Amino acid sequence: MLTTASGGAVQRRHATHRVSWVGLGALAVSLFTLLPLGFIVWVGVATGWETAAAMIFRPRVGELLLNTALLTAATLPLCIVLAIALAWVIERGGLPAAHVWAWLCAAPLAVPAFVQGYAWISVLPGMHGLGGAVVVSVLAYFPFLYLPVAATLRRLDPGLEDCAAALGHGPWRVFFGVVLPQLRLAIWGGSLLVGLHLLAEYGLFVMIRYDTFTTAIVDQFQSTFNGPAANMLAGVLVVCCFVLLGVEAGTRGDERYARVGSGAARPLRPRRAGKWLLLMLLLPALTAMLSLGVPLLTLTSWLVRGGSAVWNLGEIFNALGQTIVWATLAALLTTLLAMPMAWLSIRAPGRLQRLLESSNYLVGALPGIVIALALVTITIRVAPLLYQTVFTLLLAYALMFLPRALVSLRAGFAQAPVELEQAARSLGRTPMQALWQITLRLAAPGAASGAALVFLAATNELTATLLLAPNGTHTLATMFWSYSSELDYSASAPYALIMVLLALPLTWLLHTQSQRASGQA
Amino acid sequence: MNLLELQSIHKQYGSVVALNGASLQAEAGTRTAIVGASGSGKTTLLRIIAGFEAPDAGQVRVDGRVLADGATMVPAHQRGIGYVPQDGALFPHLSVADNVGFGLPRHAPDRAQRVNELMDMVALDRSMLTRRPHQLSGGQQQRVALARALALKPRLVLLDEPFSALDTGLRAATRKAVAQLLSAAGITSVLVTHDQAEALSFADQVAVMRAGVIAQAGPPRELYQRPIDAATALFLGDAVVLPALIGDDQAECALGRVPVLASSPKGQHQIMLRPEQLRLLPAHDGADALRGQPLCRGIVRECDFTGGDCLLSVEIIADAAPLLVRCAGIDAPVMGAAVQIGVVGTAHVFAD
Repeated sequence: MLTTASGGAVQRRHATHRVSWVGLGALAVSLFTLLPLGFIVWVGVATGWETAAAMIFRPRVGELLLNTALLTAATLPLCIVLAIALAWVIERGGLPAAHVWAWLCAAPLAVPAFVQGYAWISVLPGMHGLGGAVVVSVLAYFPFLYLPVAATLRRLDPGLEDCAAALGHGPWRVFFGVVLPQLRLAIWGGSLLVGLHLLAEYGLFVMIRYDTFTTAIVDQFQSTFNGPAANMLAGVLVVCCFVLLGVEAGTRGDERYARVGSGAARPLRPRRAGKWLLLMLLLPALTAMLSLGVPLLTLTSWLVRGGSAVWNLGEIFNALGQTIVWATLAALLTTLLAMPMAWLSIRAPGRLQRLLESSNYLVGALPGIVIALALVTITIRVAPLLYQTVFTLLLAYALMFLPRALVSLRAGFAQAPVELEQAARSLGRTPMQALWQITLRLAAPGAASGAALVFLAATNELTATLLLAPNGTHTLATMFWSYSSELDYSASAPYALIMVLLALPLTWLLHTQSQRASGQA
Repeated sequence: MNLLELQSIHKQYGSVVALNGASLQAEAGTRTAIVGASGSGKTTLLRIIAGFEAPDAGQVRVDGRVLADGATMVPAHQRGIGYVPQDGALFPHLSVADNVGFGLPRHAPDRAQRVNELMDMVALDRSMLTRRPHQLSGGQQQRVALARALALKPRLVLLDEPFSALDTGLRAATRKAVAQLLSAAGITSVLVTHDQAEALSFADQVAVMRAGVIAQAGPPRELYQRPIDAATALFLGDAVVLPALIGDDQAECALGRVPVLASSPKGQHQIMLRPEQLRLLPAHDGADALRGQPLCRGIVRECDFTGGDCLLSVEIIADAAPLLVRCAGIDAPVMGAAVQIGVVGTAHVFAD
C-alpha cells in the first residue's frame, strides 16, 4: 500500500516535470514567433513619430494602399463566386468523373503564383496593371476558397435541403436561404487566406508590373539596403494584415453552423445533370484550362523553344539538391518547434495556452518580406555572425510556415487521446513506452503531413529566400527568378517545371484531406 | 377515403434493389407506421413519397393527385407534404422562430401569430423562440421540427424515425404527444421506424416492410396476433414457432394439444404462440381457468430478469428445444426449478 502511494507521488512529480518542460518549450517558441512583430514595434519607436509620419503619410504610400485595396476588392469577390460555382457544380451537379474535376480545382496550388504570372505574360506580353493582376491572382488563389467551400458543401446535412424543399422552397431559394449561409465560415476563412497571399506575394506582381507593398519593400531594400523607408512600408503592410484579420474576425459572426442533432447525416447523392450537363462541364473545364493549361502550355513551349540548351544539368541538379536539403531541414525544424505547442493545445488546453498558440498563428499571417526584413535587421544588429547564413534562412522558413506544421500536428495529437495512453499504462507499459508506442505512433501521420506541407512551401519560397539566402545559395525558386529577371524565359522553364512537379503531391494531399474532412476518403 | 396511395413502387440504386413493388394505402386522418429492419427500403419509400427521390416505376397519389408516375414527378417543393427527418435537421443558422416560420411567406402579416400558435401546438414555451437550435434539448428540437413541418397545414406529414435520437422515457412521451397532436389536427401521417414497439404503439395501421415490399399491413393488434408468416411474427416481437398437426380446433405439437381457431387451415403447419401466452404453473397444480390448461412440464434453464418481468428459457422434458416464457419478475422461478406450462388463448396457424 505504502509503495503504491509513494510510487504515485513520484509519478505525479514526473508528470508536472514533463508538462513544465513542454510548457517552457512552447513559451520559448511563442516568444520567438513574436520577433517580427517586435521588430516592427521597435522600428516604429526607434524611428520616432515625426520621421515615421513623414515616411508614412506620403503619396507613394497612399498609392500603394489604393493598389492593395483595389486588388483585394476586385480579386476576393471573383474568387468567391468562382469557388462556390465550381464547388456546387462538382459536388452536386452529377458531373462524370467528379473526383478528377475536384482534383483539377486543387491542382493550381502546385503552380507557384510567380510561375502563373510568368506563364500569362508569356502568352499576353501586354498584360499588366490591375486587370492583369486580378485575373492571374484569381487563377492562382481560387483553390484556397474552393477547397474549404467544397469540403463544407460535401459535409452539409442533406436533411436541411430536404426540409426546405418540403416547406415549399424551390432550388434557388434553398441554395440562397439554406446552403449559402452554411458556407459562410468556409468563405470567410478562404477569403482571409487569399487576402493574406495577395498582401505577401512578390513574384507575381513584379511579373504583371503591379505595385504592392511587398514589391515596393523589396525595391527599397535592394536600392537602399536596410533603410528605414523599407521598414516603415513593412509596418504599414503589417497593419494591412491586421486589418484583414480584424475584418475577418469581426464579421465572421458567432453563428453555429455544425449540424444539430445526433447520429450521422444521410450521404449526399448528386442530382442528375440532365440538359445542363454540357454547360456545367464548361465551368471546371475552362477554369482548369486557364489555371493549369496556360502554365503547362507556356512551360512546354519555352522548353521546346529552348531545346536541350536550357537543360544545364549541373546547375539544375545543384539547385534541386539545395532546395531539397533546405526544405527538408526547414520541415524538420518547423515540426520540432511546433511540437510543444501542439501537445499543450491538445493535452492541457487553457487560456494561456490559447494566447501562446495565437501568436504562433499570427506570425504565419505575416508576409515573408516582413519576416525576412526583421531577421536581416536583427542579425545585423545583434548577431552579425548569423547574417546571411542557412540557419537564419531556416528560422525564417520556420516562422513563416509554423501554422502549417501546428495545424497538422494538433490533428495528429488529437488522434491520440490521453485515455489510450492510460490504457497502455494499465497494460504494463511505462510512460515512455506508452508515449512512444501509442501517442507518437498515432500522431505520426499528422506530423508527416505537416512536415510535407512545410517542405513544399519552402520549396517554392521566393521572397524571404532572395533576401536571406547566403551568397552561392541557388534554390529552384531563386534560379527561376534570376533567369526570368534577365528575360531568359526558356532557361527558367526547367526550374518552374520541377517546382510544379514537386508541388503536385501537395495538391493531392490537400485534395484527399478535404475529402477526408467530409468522411469520403 | 384513401389519402395516400402507393402502387407497386420500384426503386433501384445501381445493382441494389431498394423497393421491389411496394404498395400501401393510408386513409385520411390516420396514422400509419412503416416498420422494417435497416435496408428493408422503408426510408427510400418515405423519400419517394416526399419527392426527394423519383421512383423507377410505380405511382404515388396523394388526395387523388398523381405526384409521381414512374420517373415523372412533382418536385418536393410543390407537393405540400410535411416532413420531419431523423434528427430534426433544424437550420443551425436560424433562430427557433425562423425555423418554425421557414415555410411561411416572409412578410405575411400573421406570421408571428402563426408561429406562436405552432409553438403552443407542440407545447413549447414561446420564450424559446429567440433561441438557436443547439440551445434546445433533443426532445425540444424534435418539437420544433414538427412545428416547422405543420406550419403549412399539410394534409400529410412524413416522420422519418423522429424519435430515435431521444432517450427511452422522453421517446415514449414525445411519441404519445405527437400521435395525439396529429389526431387532433386530423392530419394523415406516415412514420418510418425500425422499432416495432414504437410502430405498434403509434399507429392505426402498421406496415411491415421486408426486402423492398410491404409484407403485411393492418391494425397493430391484428398484425401482432395474426402475422402472415414466421418472419413477420418474429420481427414484431418474441414468438414461439412450432411445427404442429392441425385438427378441428386443436393443434398437436411438442407442447401437447394447443387450442386453435376452428377456421384455421388443417393438416401439417407451423403454429405461433407469443411468450406472454405461455403461463407458468406450479409443478403440482391442476387445471386453472385463468392461467390456462397445463400442457407440459419443463425445467427453467435460463432466466433473463429485467425488473418488471422476466423471460425464461424452459427446457421441456419431452423435447430438447427450449421454450421462451414471459412471467412477472416478482414471482419468477429460480434456475433449475421444475414448472408446468399452460397456454392462454389460441395459437396462430401460419398458412405457409
